[in-house]
Amino acid sequence: MKLQTATRLGLYAILELAREPDRTLSSAELAERFGVSGHHLAKVMGTLSSAGYVRGGRGAAGGYRFTGNRRRLTLMDIVALFEPAPGARPVEPGEQTDIGASLQKVLTEIDEIAEATLASITLETMLRSPPKVLSRKHPSP
Amino acid sequence: MTTIRPAQASDLQAISALDQRETGVAKPDYWREMLAPDRHFLVAETEQGSLAGFIAGEIRAWEFGQPAAGWVFAIQIDPELRLKSIGSALFDALVARFKAKGVTRVRTLVERKDHLILSFFRAQGMVAGPSLQLDMDLS
Repeated sequence: MKLQTATRLGLYAILELAREPDRTLSSAELAERFGVSGHHLAKVMGTLSSAGYVRGGRGAAGGYRFTGNRRRLTLMDIVALFEPAPGARPVEPGEQTDIGASLQKVLTEIDEIAEATLASITLETMLRSPPKVLSRKHPSP
Repeated sequence: MTTIRPAQASDLQAISALDQRETGVAKPDYWREMLAPDRHFLVAETEQGSLAGFIAGEIRAWEFGQPAAGWVFAIQIDPELRLKSIGSALFDALVARFKAKGVTRVRTLVERKDHLILSFFRAQGMVAGPSLQLDMDLS
């Protein structure tokens, strides 16, 4: 499964903030942590903020804090903010031919499995994973 | 506080009723068969002695070519008693019984659109297994 960069950054940021809900981090700090541009991350944080999952972030130095529910929020909730909904996808050329339709059935099957997986993993489940899966250490800047 | 103990014939009516309430289908014979000695059928009981939930499973070797694993066939918790970790306690108790029999893997099948139960098993630490389930419509 290929996620757009914004989706991946959204997941990184929400997990990083949800790990310690009392802590605030600016989009510049988050950007540095993940080695991406602050501009790109600021846009992502704006989307997470509009959805009500984080709060704060006035200017580059303003800190963001997690305001969602770790036990309720799933990876799919975050992915859905950045990726087009399956129903909103434009029809691809050739999709209405019999071959196109058979191929689409296979691709839909894959999407359904991916969606079920993402929708079944809450932030809480993700953050409680054993250390070998999710290390608490960050690469030094 | 709930107590976890092996299911008995006297629990069957409450088990079947809870399952029927949640799934809309009565299957009393299926639940009676779960009492077989080679099956692991556990109930969680409230302090008042009523049924809070149940879990059923079995150790099976070489199903679909795979070495012995503990299978979870069913789990059901009274909706009014959810979010009290009764499901986790039942799961842990079943896993402990599997482990005591020398099994090192636990397995289940979940409807992929049932995100609630998928999330439950994920929260217990379960991940996608080595098999893909395939179906064909014969009608």
